[in-house]
This record gives sequence, structure tokens and C-alpha cells, in this order.
Amino acid sequence: MQESPKYWKGIEELENSPEFLHNALSEFGALPMKEAHPSTDDTVAPRRDFLKLMGFGLAAATLASCEAPVRKAIPYLNKPEEVDPGIANFYASTYFNGQDYNSVLVKTREGRPIKVEGNPESPITRGGLSARGQASVLSLYDGARLQGFAIKGQPADKDKVDQEIRTKLASAGRIAIVSPTIISPSTKRAIADFAGRFGNVEHVMYDAVSASALLRANGGVVPGYDFSKASVIVSLAADFLGTWISPVEYAAQYIVNRKVSSDKRTMSRHFQFESNMSLTGSNADVRVAVKPSQLGQVAQAIYAGIVGGGAGSYSNPELTNAINELKAAGSAGLVVSGSNDANVQAMVTAINAALGTAAINAAAPSYLRQGDDQRMANFVSGIGSYGAVIFYHANPVYDHPMGAQLAEGLKRANLLSISFNDRADETTSLCQYQCPDHHWMESWNDYEPKRGYLSLAQPVITPLFKTRQAQESLLTWAGNPNTYYNYLRNNWRGVLGGNFQAGWDKAVHDGVAMGALLPAPAAQVAPAGQASAPAAKTGGYEVAFYEKVGLGNGADANNPWLQELPDPVSKATWGNYVSVPQSLAKEKGWEQGDVMKVKVANKEIELPILIQPGQAKGTIGIALGYGRTKAGMVAQEVGRNAYPMLTLVNGSLSYADVASLEPAGSREPLAQTQTHHTIMDRKPVVQEATLAQYIKDPKKVTEYDKISTPEGLEKPSKVSLWQDYEYKNHHWAMAIDLNSCIGCGSCVVGCQVENNVPVVGKQEVINRREMHWLRIDRYYSSDHHKNEFETEGKLGTYAAMEDPSDNPQVIFQPMLCQHCNHAPCETVCPVLATTHSTEGLNQMTYNRCVGTRYCANNCPYKVRRFNWFSYYSNEKFETVNGHMFTDLGRMVLNPDVMVRARGVIEKCSFCVQRIQLGKLEAKKQKRRPVDGEVVTACAQSCPTQAIVFGDLKDPNSRVAQIWRREDGERAFKVLDAINTQPNITYLTKIRNSKTSNFFAPEKEEKHAAKAEHHNA
Amino acid sequence: MSSYRLRSFSHWLLALFLTFTAAGQLAAQDEAKVSQAGVTPGAAAAAAPAAAAGSAAGAGDPAVIQAGDALFKANCAQCHAVKDVVVGPALAGIDKRRPLPWIVKWVQNSSKMVASGDEYAVKIFNQYQKQQMPSFALSDAEITSIVAWVKSEEGKTNPLGGGGEQVAGKETGGQTAATDEAGAGKYVNVVLIVLIVVLIVLVVTLVIIANIMKDVLRGRKDLDGRDVEILEQKTDWMSILKSGWFKGTVGTLFVLVVLYESIQGIMAVGLSQGYQPAQPIAFSHKLHAGEHQINCAYCHTSVYKSKSANIPSANICMNCHSQIKTTSPEIKKIYRAIQRQQPIQWVRIHNLPDLAYFNHSQHTQVGGIECQTCHGPIEKMDVVYQYSALTMGWCINCHRETPLNTKGNGYYDNLVKLHNEANAGAPFTVSSNGGTECSKCHY
Repeated sequence: MQESPKYWKGIEELENSPEFLHNALSEFGALPMKEAHPSTDDTVAPRRDFLKLMGFGLAAATLASCEAPVRKAIPYLNKPEEVDPGIANFYASTYFNGQDYNSVLVKTREGRPIKVEGNPESPITRGGLSARGQASVLSLYDGARLQGFAIKGQPADKDKVDQEIRTKLASAGRIAIVSPTIISPSTKRAIADFAGRFGNVEHVMYDAVSASALLRANGGVVPGYDFSKASVIVSLAADFLGTWISPVEYAAQYIVNRKVSSDKRTMSRHFQFESNMSLTGSNADVRVAVKPSQLGQVAQAIYAGIVGGGAGSYSNPELTNAINELKAAGSAGLVVSGSNDANVQAMVTAINAALGTAAINAAAPSYLRQGDDQRMANFVSGIGSYGAVIFYHANPVYDHPMGAQLAEGLKRANLLSISFNDRADETTSLCQYQCPDHHWMESWNDYEPKRGYLSLAQPVITPLFKTRQAQESLLTWAGNPNTYYNYLRNNWRGVLGGNFQAGWDKAVHDGVAMGALLPAPAAQVAPAGQASAPAAKTGGYEVAFYEKVGLGNGADANNPWLQELPDPVSKATWGNYVSVPQSLAKEKGWEQGDVMKVKVANKEIELPILIQPGQAKGTIGIALGYGRTKAGMVAQEVGRNAYPMLTLVNGSLSYADVASLEPAGSREPLAQTQTHHTIMDRKPVVQEATLAQYIKDPKKVTEYDKISTPEGLEKPSKVSLWQDYEYKNHHWAMAIDLNSCIGCGSCVVGCQVENNVPVVGKQEVINRREMHWLRIDRYYSSDHHKNEFETEGKLGTYAAMEDPSDNPQVIFQPMLCQHCNHAPCETVCPVLATTHSTEGLNQMTYNRCVGTRYCANNCPYKVRRFNWFSYYSNEKFETVNGHMFTDLGRMVLNPDVMVRARGVIEKCSFCVQRIQLGKLEAKKQKRRPVDGEVVTACAQSCPTQAIVFGDLKDPNSRVAQIWRREDGERAFKVLDAINTQPNITYLTKIRNSKTSNFFAPEKEEKHAAKAEHHNA
Repeated sequence: MSSYRLRSFSHWLLALFLTFTAAGQLAAQDEAKVSQAGVTPGAAAAAAPAAAAGSAAGAGDPAVIQAGDALFKANCAQCHAVKDVVVGPALAGIDKRRPLPWIVKWVQNSSKMVASGDEYAVKIFNQYQKQQMPSFALSDAEITSIVAWVKSEEGKTNPLGGGGEQVAGKETGGQTAATDEAGAGKYVNVVLIVLIVVLIVLVVTLVIIANIMKDVLRGRKDLDGRDVEILEQKTDWMSILKSGWFKGTVGTLFVLVVLYESIQGIMAVGLSQGYQPAQPIAFSHKLHAGEHQINCAYCHTSVYKSKSANIPSANICMNCHSQIKTTSPEIKKIYRAIQRQQPIQWVRIHNLPDLAYFNHSQHTQVGGIECQTCHGPIEKMDVVYQYSALTMGWCINCHRETPLNTKGNGYYDNLVKLHNEANAGAPFTVSSNGGTECSKCHY
């Protein structure tokens, strides 16, 4: 029988704090009345205000409804042939902002982009799309974008700007173009042409979060990793599923060997050595928390084990296991490292070479990182010797540790400074000329993310503002009258060959093509170094800087969808923090939310602390990408900027350092969602088992609830008050594979975009009123039960828990409306606003809802959201939800889904608008819908295909096959015992650990005892 | 005796009232029938006589013709009609003019044929102002089905107009129906007037007879007191007015009327049935859809494929009005709009609330519903008004009553089978397939 580990969402739940208990039992937090009407005297109830408002509201509503406004219907003057009002068009394009590459399809309605979806044609991203990619459509309508050319912030005529710049460039002397990684062959050529015209032009590429060391160890390129070919993966703090280089691509590869079925009972094995609890670490079979300074030693130990040589001082039984398994795997082994230390990376390269790994495709290295930290540092220190500098989407004043120095340098009057950036950001506002580039959705461009893999971007909307494509600006100044489109086409003539027009049309249609255009990047000069562990700084607290899965390096910080996307592991939104291990907090008596002065070298910032289970002892973690000061309203002063704390070590930026912490004496609440919407008693909610158990008997990995009846124990569905629905036409259902879900949050943003879900902002998240229809529940699990606190004492339990070998395991569970066949919400609605459809959907009718919230209180899954405010008109939300306030921003709204008013409940609709559309298309073509034609936004955005949606009535649909195949094996319904009969089935998570930490044999007895205790 | 007579008089009055009411209802019903049947311009015209003319079409397979119908509406109707020259030539007799393979090649790529120097192709090209017909990615079979449909269509008006006089006959459809309606209306009116006159004469006669009788009785002396009392009886209006039952009745009636009116008033808040705003250009549907029989989908291009029917853009107007009526002040407004690059701002008549989702193609393409069913006799409106209530009750009612258009649609095959197994007698309506569920329209 299965053991029952303790699952917990946060420390407060583990401790069972009074506050947690209070909130867990109430669906909604405190009522908003008080804070909406701040009153000096708390005893004065705002009853009068309420009555006044009611009276006025009634009168206003009556008056308003008497007179219908005259509405205009304005047709096109000259309708474009391919645009039909009401029909969406999809255009293949590419999203790359210097971080992750995504081949995408842009959905446009009446000529305006409303959603970005993954391009299934792409051999790299395979239809997946990152959360950032999903959210990027909002940046097109960002009110903070520069709306035209400007000289020192004053709007100026394009021609005048061109003329001045040309004159100044001619006599500028040394010119630098500073950009993040550019993977566009034609852009690089345009830059080369520009350099050819002016001479003495340097192109300095740097990455805000750099992989300089990796590039040095691999001849200037990122190795062409293919995780699908690896059966043993050892990652040294490389968050390759979340933030490292190309997470969508890697996740799609990684999951190939992680999916199991009774026919395929094999899985890859994944070791993760890291100090911060990362998305990748939380998915690992074995996660070992190590200090950043120990990572080099881990690398050296592996190097010693595989290649030979002396091992370092660090040892750990799991490390020995990892080395042995790597050895056994041979060419199916792969070691990756997120370290930016050239020595570590050199060792990793040597290890992979010694393994002869098949998981690196030497023919197709990745170009996604090309930044050279040393060169960038040289540029900043030598800014005085340049006559002109052009910033091409680069914002080094913000995201480079030497930003302050650069800002000083830019003030020199005779330095010509030009920015192509889309907004007056930290760097652009210091430049003399602002020549904003088009948004990527307004531009033509090409990309070569990997050697031999090409990708195109095409404009999907006429430029909204008087901007000009940066490449065209460069060409103009270089005296080339060509448009960039023609320039790009000419550049492609060589690759497509044969019938160019046909090849071009196909490439534009597909968005991807095969062929190599980019010249091989020059190898970066590696400083002399040995394949040995570097002498790392020690002492104090070791700090590891990292990127957030949603926000990345901070370039998109003004996107509220990304700001409100909870961090996959900490579930924190809106701002960064210092993550500290439990042991440290206990030792020092710090509490979550205490503001700390963090001092690294001579830089100091103040951040609140967050107690993070799994954080390596003696370490802290700080996210980069926050603390923007000039990105726009949304990002303004959200979190603190940690970039200045980075230091250049041995020619590359170091993301690990030593910090001192000291309380600042104030408190700042963190907007965490982790214990919101708590489902009590986790046992029937998430299920997991080990691969060993699965291999032995797939039918025994899932525990099914039974209920007592006079005939003995029976399935809960045997006893029911309600009649079952009979579905004749469709029966929409979903299967969510907990084994495939990596928790990346792409679905959360995808759902938000598709369904016009509002952003509520930090305070409302703290008030437990976030509106996401789909959340990803993250459960920590360990065998530490709350009664251990009594028997062994709190400190002892925490100490055991924080032991690196015993850190918590993590399960992610996407939680959305379960569309129960016996839905508890439906029976309690007094106005029948939530009803069941003949296709299995739990329908929510907003215009009928009167806001009693009975349904939300009766929902065991806590997936119903109440609109406490008019998020589209209440000034309180103008900053965070600003896109619903302006004509510009409203263009992003999905016109097929209404924006919900205040006072109604809303929830996941299974994307009923997509279901209706799919059915209609089928009806028009006089056939049944084909499987895969109707997919929800979440299923579509999933890079790992963890969510499968379809029609159970179609026996050949993937969802029907999974339901059949996994029935009695991995398939389970959440809270089966209460017999809600959901239309979503989850598949038990299988971990590839022979002896799970908490399934350790010596604890077997204790467990048995506890299981009995539980049953009693 | 006199009491008997008086009673019979009141019976007469009752009869009179009933007759009027009945006649009025009959007339109203007639009108309703006419408006329901409507007049079907263009594409819609196909449906009405389709049943009758089905066999006349000849050898065509109905399924093929039906497919051709849909394809024609989706692809060709913007520029072609069967018997009229729209942008391109009338298609009637196309199969006789050109061999089928030629037509297929032409539809798939006309410019190639013109370029290749095909004599007929070049002639057609020149004849129609060198306006190129776009290429259509239709298969051979699809084009064949369109031709089959055209063939079936050309036979259809024959019974009405007879032979080759179709140019004049193009308006027959509209006019016949109009005359029919007028005829029916006149007949009912005449009967009514005659009835009214007869009844008035009857009433007058009766009153006269009653008075004469009274006089005769008064002259007689053998009447006893009781008879005199009856004879001289006068209605005591005051006592009636003061009586409790009268006050009660009037009061109740008053309350009921006020209640009814206020409920009606409240229900009408936000309703805009009959809304007929002035438009910036005096465009007449009566002229275009009625007299000229231009297919609705010619201007409302996406009515068969999209949620929105699409208000035509100025370039569609220009297809004809670059040559027709170029001096009209109303047409000049279009020219001005194009010149100034400012789209024409029509006043929207049919406004659904944001909370309701409506899709035209679901109703037209899939449901096969005529435009007039909801938009009323649009081909008779000079200025368009909102014909239907567009309330939820109106929607639901139709969904409850209308049988699904399942014929030949593979989507419904199994559903029809299941429905017939369960309750074959009942019609398979929209609502019995879940068409009245909330999230069919609200999301």
C-alpha cells in the first residue's frame, strides 16, 4: 500500500498557523468594504455611504437604461481581401527578445493581434510557447512605448533626425552598437553594411543574464543540447526548464523521456545540484541543495569520476550516485551547468566529451546567447574613447552592473547617443536621439536560433506609432535606400534556392525554414584557466542571483500579466525578495516579510525575505529583472534592481557572491498566492509514486477512494443522489499528466490572454483576490507530519527538513474548474446562473449572476473567482490593469469573450468560445469535429503537452484514449470520494527514484503506523 | 315580450362586437402570413421555389446542386448572378456557351487563360472592362457542382415568366407577391366595410322598431301596472355608478390597465424594435435588394462565413457605382468618403448587448435561415428598421420551435438517429440539441 506523505503548500500550512487556518476555511478573505472607504474611525460603518451609493446607483441605472446610445457601424473604406470581420487570421512569426526563442502564430482579429500561440511547424519549439511569449502581445499595446522619433525627449521630425545623425556619424570616430544577442542574419548584415559605410564600428553584444562562460568553453556557441536523447541528466544549477537559454525547446525535449505509460515504463533520470529552488530543481528526481561555492566542486567531482583527476572536497551520496549513473549511461548521459564560470563550463564540456554524449548535436549548435561580458565591460570602461553609441534594444544602464558608470559616460556632450529601444527606459532617456524600433509584430525579420534552422517574423499590423524598423534606420543612415523587407528577401535568395518566390511564400506561411545564413560567431577569448574548481568566495551568506520564469531579465517588466504570474515555486507575485532557508530564519528569528538590508560588496538594497523550503543552507537567492525605474507605470519600482550587485570575475559576470544580511526594521508584505484556495486534506488531491512501483505494477500506483456501503467498500460513484447526465453530442473532457507538467505557468498566461482575465495588483493578491482562472498548485511534500512537531520539536523537524538530502519534493498541479458532472456549485445557485450543459460543461452565466458567492463557497476545488471591483474602470486598477482602460490597450481583448462586471463570479469555461467555434466550423463543412481541432488555450500553450483536451464521445480522440488507457492505473479524479465526478482526470506523478526520500525503508514502520492513524 | 326583444338587441350588439374582432384577427393573420413568407431576393429566392422546381432542374443530383449552391454563395455570388450581369456575366446557360473543362480551367486561373490567348477568354476579359476574375482554389468536382446548381437555377423562373423573357421577369417574384398581398388586403377591407354598413343599418332599424313598438304599447290601455312599469322603465345611471360592483369593476380594470401598461413600459426599456435611424447616406434596400434583386451576400460578404455579416466597404459600392448613377448626390457622398479617406459612419440598427454572442454563419450557412426571418421584409425597406425584438425571449422562442437543419449535414447524422430512436414524433429542434443552454450565447 502507498505511504501517505504530508503535502503542504507553504510554511504557514506546515505550522498550521492561526492565520492559515482562518483563511483556509473561508473562501474569501476579509470583505473589501473597509479598505474601499478608509475611515479614521473604525467604528463608523460606511452604511450611509452604502445607502447613498445604492440610491444613486438605482437612479442612474434607470436613467441610463431609458436612452439607448447611438452606436456607429463603421466599415472599412477598402476592405483588405484576407480580412473578414469576425474571423480570426493566423500569421506565422517569431518572438525573440534576446532571451528565449519562440516560433509563434499570431492570432489577429480585424487586423489587430489578440493572442500569440505556439507554431506547431517549428522543429525547435514544437508548438510550445513560454509565458513571456504568451504575454508579449500586450507589449504591442503598451502605452509606455515611444510614439515617434525624438531628440532629447522632444518629438522631432524623422528626416531632421536622420540628417543630424548622418552628419554626426560621419565625424564621430569610433562607433559602438550595443545590443543583446542578435540571431537575425539580415540584421547582422545590415549592421555589417552600416559598419562598412562608416568604418570603425564595433558591435558589442551582451546578455543581461549572460552565458559568456558557456560560450567560451564551446567555441562561441551554445552546444546543441537535445535532452530527448539523454537518459541521465545532471544539471549544475542550470534552470533549463525555466529560464536557461531556451526553456521551451528544452522542456519539449526533456519531456519525451519523462512521459510514461504501461507500455513505456522507462524514464530519464534527472539530478539537480543547486542552491535556489528552481523550476528545474523542483522537477528533478534527485535534487541536492548545494551552496554556489560548492557547484565548482560538484563539477570537479564529476569530472574526476568521468574524465579523471582529483576530486574536490565536496562529497554527497547522491553525487556518487549521479557519477555512477552517468558512467553507466555513457553516451546517453548529459551534464549541463548554468554557471558563468569558464572553468566550470570547461569541465562540463570535457565531461560531456568524455561521455561521448549523443544529447549534444554538434551540427546544430544554438546561437541564442552570444554576449561577451569582457567586451561589454571594456566598452563601458572605455566609453570615453567612443564618438557615437547606438543602443539596439539594449538597456545596460539598468541591466548591467556597470550601468551607473555608463550613465555617467553618456552625459558627455560630444558623444552621439542613439537608442532604438521601444520606450524611454533607463538608457534611452539618457540618449540624445530616440529612434524607436517597430514592435516585433510590426516588423519583418529573420532569425537563426540554431545552425541550419531559420525562422521568419512578418508584420501582422500596420505600425501603431510613427516608429521605424531599426534595421531600416541603420540602412538609411548608411545610405541604402532599400526597405528592410527587400533587403531581407535578397539576403534569403541564397538559401531558398530553386523557385525563390514559391520557397519564400512557403517560408512566410510556415514561419520556419531550413538553411544556414548566420556566419559562425567568433569564439570568445577564454582567459587562461585550468579544468579545476575555482576558488570561490566564502563567508557570510552565499547569494545566488537568478531570473524569474515569468519576468526573465526584466526587459518585459512593464507587462502586468508577467508581474502577476506567480513564481512557479515560491508563488510570489509583484516584486522580488530574498529567499532564505528555514533554518536561517529560525536561527535569527526572522519572519517572512521582514525587510533586510542586503549588502554585496559595496552595493546595498533592501528587500523583504521569503522563507523558501529547499533553499540551500547558508545561502540566499535574489531575483534579477525587478526594480525598473523607467519602464512604464506597471513596472515602476516593483521590487529592487539587483543587477548592480553583479561582479565581473575572470572575464564573465558572476551570478554568485557573498552577502551580508541585516534587518532594516520594517516589514513589507509579500504577495504570495501559495496558500490561497487551499484544498484541505491533500491525500486525494495529488498522487505520486516511484518508477519502481510503476514498473512493478502500474495498477498499484494510484490510490482510489472507496466509501462504505451496506455491500462493503464501493466506488464513490456507486452511491449518488443525483441522476447522471447522458451526453449525446459531445462530452468535453481533459486529462492532465502530472508527470509532464513542469509548472512553467505558460497556461496561466495563455488563459489570461484568451479570456480577458483582469490583473488585480499586489494589494489585491495579498487580499487573496487574484483572478486567474487557472492556477498551478505547488505542493511540497516530505514525510514530516505535523505531529512530529509535537514529538520531536519544531527545530528538530525543521533541521531534518532542511537537510540537503531531505529537502522537500515538489508537485505541480494545474487547477481549474473541474466541470463536475455532479457539480456542488450548480445545486446552490439561487438564480440558476451556473448550470450544466448537454456537452458536459459547467456553464457560468455572468449576466444572470447576482453575486451571492454560494457557488464559490460550495466549490471543493476553489476555482471560482469573484469580481470584487470593476477592474476595467475603477481607478484603483488603472496602473496594473491599465490595458482595459485605454482604447489602445483594449485592442488586446478577445472580442469573443466578455469583460466581466463587478459583482459576478467567473471561472474557467473550458474555453467555450473555442468549442463553439470548432463545432461551427465542422457544421459548416458538414462533418464532425476532428480531434485536436478544438483545444483550450491552456492545452494549446503547454510546451510539454501535459494538458490534453478533447471530446470523450470521439473514441479516437487523444483524451478518450488516455482516459481508457489510464483508467485504474494512473488516472484519478481529485477528491473522488465526494463524488463530484469531474470531467478532468489527472495522471499520477511518477518519480524516477528507486528509494524516495520519504519512502526510505527504515521509515516504513512509522508510515504504516501513520497510515493507520490516518485511517482511524 | 318587450324584455325578450331588448335581450335580443343586446345579443345583436354582442354578435356585432364578435364579428368585428374576428374579422380584424383574420386580417392580421393574413398580413402576418405574408410577412412571414416574405419576398426572397437573390440567393434567398432559391429556397422558396426549390421544392417545386427541384424536378424541373433535370438530371442534377440534389446533393451536388446543394453543394453547388453553398459554393456559389461563398465564392461567386459577389460578382455573379444567374441571370443578371453584376460585375461578371450572368451565368445562365454557361454550360451551353462553354464546355465544362474550359469553365474549370477558367475558374481555377482565368488570368493564365487570358495570358495564353484563349480567344473566348480574351473576349470576355475585354468585354468586362478588363477586370480580372480572381483565381479560385476549387476542385474540378466543386466547379462542376456550381455549374449544376446554375443549371438548376436557370430553369426555376420559367413557369413564372416563360421562356426567354427573363429580363423583364426578374422582378416578377417581388411584384407578384406584392400584388397578392395587396389583393388579399383589399378583399378583406371590402368585406369589412360591407359588414359594418349592414350592421349599422341593422342597429338603426332595430332602434326604430323598438321605438315604434313602445309607442304602440303606450297607446294601449289594457296594460296593468307591471307592464307599464316595464315599459316606462328608465336606467338609473346614478345608482349604477354608485353601486359597489361598478366601482369595484372599474377600479380593478383601472389597476389592471395601469399595471399592464407599466409592465409593458418597463419591459420595453432598452428595447428598440422599430428603431429606424436616419443614415448618413440614403441607401435603399428596397431598390438594391428588392428591385434589383442583388444577393444579400454580395454586399454583406461574410454573412455565410462569419459571426458578423459585414457592412460593405466603399470599394464594394464602387464595383457598380463607378459607372452607375455617378451624378447622384447620395453616391457622391461615397466618392467623397473615398477621396477623404474617411470611412462612412453608418448608424448601427441591430444592437445586441455585449453579453450575448451571435453568429450569422451559424444561422445562415448551417441553419439555412432566410435573412428576412429576423430582419423582416428588408427588400421593401427604403430605410432599414429593426424588425425583430431581439430580446432573449425572442431568441429562445425561435430556438424552441425551429427544427434543426440537419439534412445532408454529417455533423448531425448520429444525433438525428439518436433523436429518432428516443422520440421520433417530436421535431428535432434547436433546443432539443442544447440550443437554449446559457453558454451557447453567453460567455
